[in-house]
Amino acid sequence: MAMLQINLRPRALRSACLAGLLALAACLGYGQAVNSCLDCHSAQPGRLEVTPEKFSQDIHAQKGLTCTSCHGGDASSYDPEQAMSRKAGWKGKVDRKQIPQLCGSCHANPAFMRTYNPSLRTDQLDQYHTSVHGKRLATGDTKVAVCTDCHSVHDLRPPSDPRSTVNPVNVAKTCSRCHSDASYMKQYGIPTDQFANYSTSVHHDALAVRGDLSAPTCTTCHGNHGAVPPGVDKVQNVCANCHVFQAQMYQKSTHSKAFQDKGLPGCVVCHTNHGIHLPSDAMLGTGPQGVCMRCHAPGDHCDRARATIQGNLTQLDQSIKDADQALRLAESAGMEVSEARLSQDQARDALTKARVTIHSFQAALVNQDIQAGMKIAAANQKAGKDAMVERNHRRIGLGICLIAIAFMLVGLWLYIKKLES
Amino acid sequence: MIAALIHWLDERLQLDGLIAPLRHKTVPTHRLSYWYFFGGITLFLFIIQVLTGILLLLYYRPGANEAFESVQYIMTRVQFGWLIRSIHSWSANLMIFTAFVHMFSVVFLKAYRKPRELTWVTGMLLLFLVMGFGFSGYLLPWNTLAFFATKVGTEIAGQVPFIGKPIMIFLRGGEEVTGATLTRFFGFHVAVLPGIVTVLIAIHLFLVQRLGMSVPPKVEAAWEANPAARREMKFFPNFMLRELMAWYVAIGALGALAALFPWELGVKADPFVSAPAGIKPEWYFLFMFQTLKIIPSKVWLFDGEVLGVLGCSLAGMLWMLLPFFEGDRSARIKAWFTGLSIFALVYVIGMSIYGYVAN
Repeated sequence: MAMLQINLRPRALRSACLAGLLALAACLGYGQAVNSCLDCHSAQPGRLEVTPEKFSQDIHAQKGLTCTSCHGGDASSYDPEQAMSRKAGWKGKVDRKQIPQLCGSCHANPAFMRTYNPSLRTDQLDQYHTSVHGKRLATGDTKVAVCTDCHSVHDLRPPSDPRSTVNPVNVAKTCSRCHSDASYMKQYGIPTDQFANYSTSVHHDALAVRGDLSAPTCTTCHGNHGAVPPGVDKVQNVCANCHVFQAQMYQKSTHSKAFQDKGLPGCVVCHTNHGIHLPSDAMLGTGPQGVCMRCHAPGDHCDRARATIQGNLTQLDQSIKDADQALRLAESAGMEVSEARLSQDQARDALTKARVTIHSFQAALVNQDIQAGMKIAAANQKAGKDAMVERNHRRIGLGICLIAIAFMLVGLWLYIKKLES
Repeated sequence: MIAALIHWLDERLQLDGLIAPLRHKTVPTHRLSYWYFFGGITLFLFIIQVLTGILLLLYYRPGANEAFESVQYIMTRVQFGWLIRSIHSWSANLMIFTAFVHMFSVVFLKAYRKPRELTWVTGMLLLFLVMGFGFSGYLLPWNTLAFFATKVGTEIAGQVPFIGKPIMIFLRGGEEVTGATLTRFFGFHVAVLPGIVTVLIAIHLFLVQRLGMSVPPKVEAAWEANPAARREMKFFPNFMLRELMAWYVAIGALGALAALFPWELGVKADPFVSAPAGIKPEWYFLFMFQTLKIIPSKVWLFDGEVLGVLGCSLAGMLWMLLPFFEGDRSARIKAWFTGLSIFALVYVIGMSIYGYVAN
């Protein structure tokens, strides 16, 4: 303790304390670059406000880019004249027409992008120029989407981030911000019900409700940076990306040529485009959901083929249900029918396959799949019924054994009585 | 013909000398004599287990890729395979039930008192091993419920301080429940446990034979006061014929259960799916499982589950040493032991029911 007792005069003590505080401040501030842009803009109202918290979420900030990377200027100066001087390269608010070019200055530069993420594509700008958005922007229409409209700005997250506006789950909502706004889209003369229809579709259900990220959203069919409506004659190519077998069958069918000749948009004729609902066998019927009779005349060759296919599908569907019922009954009786249960999946697969084969529009081909499924379903129904017969045999056997045991018990009891008398 | 054959054998093996003790053996007859049958019924069910187990072995294939399918084959393709497997499963459960009944009847009739302490200890060891049979056999069909029950069960064993983890790894044959666990449990079920149990049953039966049947203290006191009231029957054939009747009833019950409620196979185990909601162990482990569930996760400074596992192990150990604690103490102390036994019975039944109905 004696060693620590150093005599200092008050003035010297004050100087030492001040020096210490400065050193501490320097240590605490070490490594934190000055960013006068954020310091001022975090206090700005409305659209000018950019807080450090918001900007820290941005993938660019996380990769070390700063405000000046896009806007220029001198972020190290707290003098507004200096910080936002043209001499320091300050560009101010980037003009909407210049945004794709500005983003492209890095994102279309493979050598530069490779230093951050070698697997990232660098053709976005080229694609954008081919899109409806890009072409209209080139003609001076600044209402069309530019990079920041879809990707957001200052808090731009990578598409893999579920909070990103371009994450597959959020894409439709992002597109709908403009495309569902009737007054905004008025001058373009295109419908604005795409999002409303898509929200009722089987694709939306798969993506947003069931979380299947492979299910399609707007960009899957229209493209993202090169977004255009698919041409009428190319619709089947778009759908074929996922529905391969249906497309192959359709291409070989008579409908393919007929639709082409009449300028009808392939798959969309029967299934619609944005509001695609889960197809059902009723689409082959003559009721409100039926699609065939919109073109075909009642009683013609095609109508008869339609009726045959629908009848066969209904028959297989019913056979599978009957087999399920028989197996359920056997199971509830404690019988082991798991093999037949498993085999029911094959019958269901055959039904699915038949529903795919419909796109060939050939009753004979569909019937082949139907018959394969019928055979399996019939065998499984028999397995269920046989199990119930077996259960009855077991009960009869049990009854006989119990009677024999009862006789033995009575006999033993009488023998014991005789022995002990 | 049969008499001639017996005579022929007797001349060579002196069978008469062998069964002479059985001829002289007697069984006390009183109003509680029927409890004596439960030991014999348990033994009979064990014999059924061995016989049906051997038949199942002809088709069963241990291994994660084959076990389920082989049991499925037994249930659907093998002639009377369903019957053999159902009887094996039902008799396993009935055997554990009758073993518990036998144990509690011995407790309440005070049959464990001197000089039968070792009979009690071997009986308790047999009960633990029989539960081990149940635990190891439950996994063998390799279905989802069995897989996760084994996972939970071995995890509980892993909670024991210091030795828990090595025990868990030994039981599982690794860190996780895999095909290695199945092969291991198969080995325990068909080789290790049967070997030990057979030896213990031999000792248990030898002790029963050597020491005779215990008479409840009150009946014994009454008989000492009035020797003329003493009643006995010959073990062979009188008691044996009655036991045979009990065995017939047991086999009838087994047949009825197997035919009316065939033991289900379930769904093949998939280690990559999540455990079914509300998974529970077999009924004979439910009282312990529920005990562990109701203990708070933290009891003072200690982990609740660890405390529960240690508490259950200690309770089982003390229960096995019951005769040594009771000894020749005063009637008042013995009454306390009876009270404790009633509490144990109520606790086991109550917690099992609670575990069954609880979510």
